[in-house]
Amino acid sequence: MNPAIQISGLSKHYGELQALQSVDLSIAPGELFGLIGPDGAGKTSLIRILATLLLPTEGTASVLGKDVVKHYRFIRRNMGYMPGRFSLYYDLSVEENISLFATIFGTTLQENYELVREIYSQIEPFKDRKAGALSGGMKQKLALSCALIHRPKVLFLDEPTTGVDAVSRREFWGMLQNLKAHGITILVSTPYMDEAGLCDRIALIQKGNILAVDSPGGIVSQFERPLYAVRAADKYHLLKSLRSYPYAHSAFSFGDSIHYTDQRGAFAPESLLTYLEGQGVKDAQIEPIQAGVEDCFMALMQRHETSH
Amino acid sequence: MKRFSGFVKKEIYHILRDTRTLVILLGIPIVQVLLFGFAITNEINEAKIAILDHSKDEVTRALTQRLLATDYFLLEENLQSQADIARIFQAGQVKEVIVFESGFAGKLQKEQQAHIQLILDATDPNTATTLQNYTAAIVMDFQQELNQQQALPASITTRSRMYYNPELKSVFFFVPGIITIILMLLSAMMTSISITREKELGTMEVLLASPMQPAQIILGKVTPYILLSLLNALIILALSYYVFQVPVKGNLALLIGESVLFIITALSLGILISTVASTQQVALMASLFALMLPTILLSGFIFPIENMPEILQWISHVIPARYFITIVRGMMLKGAGLDILWKESLILVGFTCLFILISVKKFKIRLE
Repeated sequence: MNPAIQISGLSKHYGELQALQSVDLSIAPGELFGLIGPDGAGKTSLIRILATLLLPTEGTASVLGKDVVKHYRFIRRNMGYMPGRFSLYYDLSVEENISLFATIFGTTLQENYELVREIYSQIEPFKDRKAGALSGGMKQKLALSCALIHRPKVLFLDEPTTGVDAVSRREFWGMLQNLKAHGITILVSTPYMDEAGLCDRIALIQKGNILAVDSPGGIVSQFERPLYAVRAADKYHLLKSLRSYPYAHSAFSFGDSIHYTDQRGAFAPESLLTYLEGQGVKDAQIEPIQAGVEDCFMALMQRHETSH
Repeated sequence: MKRFSGFVKKEIYHILRDTRTLVILLGIPIVQVLLFGFAITNEINEAKIAILDHSKDEVTRALTQRLLATDYFLLEENLQSQADIARIFQAGQVKEVIVFESGFAGKLQKEQQAHIQLILDATDPNTATTLQNYTAAIVMDFQQELNQQQALPASITTRSRMYYNPELKSVFFFVPGIITIILMLLSAMMTSISITREKELGTMEVLLASPMQPAQIILGKVTPYILLSLLNALIILALSYYVFQVPVKGNLALLIGESVLFIITALSLGILISTVASTQQVALMASLFALMLPTILLSGFIFPIENMPEILQWISHVIPARYFITIVRGMMLKGAGLDILWKESLILVGFTCLFILISVKKFKIRLE
């Protein structure tokens, strides 16, 4: 089967700044694909190029088999796009917004109601309310409804969950899972590593480079070293001490603990505790844990930076 | 077509829901016309004067009466001596003092010559000159009548009559200019701001990512503003007709048609600005400063183009407002029609085509 999205050797420069550096990627039809990376990694540039809104500096990309530069008209008719910033009309009501986008795409809400029903039905009770007066989660549902109103074959979502509360985020991912059932290819970007597990496949992106592409499970299983969570009351002092430990491979702060890997194959946690005590960290606790996507991201990032 | 009308509807919602802006847009023309009509005028009414009559005979009394019979002068005080002149000027009470020499009537009869001295407060030179001219004209008039009665020395009479604006009312002169300036500024400003606002809010990004074509987006945004600007033009015309009695001697329908043409010229200039400006602020500045000053100063609105240095006269050729002012003055005051004003009209059509052509070329189908 031909890929829904095919990217090869794609680079994007803004003057001196290199937003994307020779990116290769292939996304299958019907896939829910996550683009995971911190702010400034190049996620928005990549999505905008695919959405025919930016021109690549080098390389090519095709969506639904059509080139993003030459056949931008075709792609614009067949894609749904939701930019990172809420981009609907604040002074129009919910219903006016959605029927505006329906007319722009030459369709009506009734025609495609079945596709957007699950999402739109949640905001329909507020259909006379101005879009500017909606909560963050509702704005996002409205924006998604507008992006879906013309039954696109491919959907580009740029950081749809940024600035949205945890409950709405979970709901939103549930909706994306349901859209998959309609055979829509979805490319979604997010800076939240915990959302990676909800995608079929993910690409980790950092400073314009794709670090890895795999299923979330596959990414995690690439993590080679045993991982430990170290805790102490004075976290800052603990982090400094761990980083100065001669055998330390990596030490990154994660919430209330520090994730630590050792350079040695056979690593006894007790030896580290003794060292920490010598550094003045008396209350340190250590326990083995499972690596997550974020651990993999940090490890890949570290490897990528030392190799350059 | 349905796509287009849906888009126009959305634009009308934007305009109607932003009540504050709408009030400003429709209020500006009214305030402007009233301001220019009532306050900012260069004619003189009821200027206070004083008279020092050393003669006090029948001729000076008649002349004094003649002067005061007009609306131009209002007698503040009859002075008794030369010393009063300095006092009354210093107090700032009068603009002019008229001094009749002693034995005025007698001298006029015997020597066919008598003297009037005009003393003017020239701190405001324009007013002083105007007052001097008014007075001199009335005196001249009076003198001619005297000559006729006596049939004595043959004197050269200069007769002048003011065409089109016999009373030299400045509001006749200003109204065409105000219509032009307001239509130019509001139309260009409104479109450039409403298009850049979409850029700023990010909605332009969504529109670009849709099958809408650039021409559809631009036309859809501009159409409601044509109606709004036309409404403004009608308000100004009605105000000047009913409040200031400015006539419309030409064909009213043609005048409205020419206004629509000029509105479209201004709107296309606004589109052009919006293709270059990326934020509302830049668009506003560009519309205000790049358009307002040249339009006001070089269009012939205030300063006659023939009096400008040659280089400025050349520059004025590229200012669309110049042609529209000529059209409006011609139609309103002289009753001219297309047979006279076709050249100006064609030039405006040319400007419009040029602006639209550049805009379509410059309109970005992507974000960069």
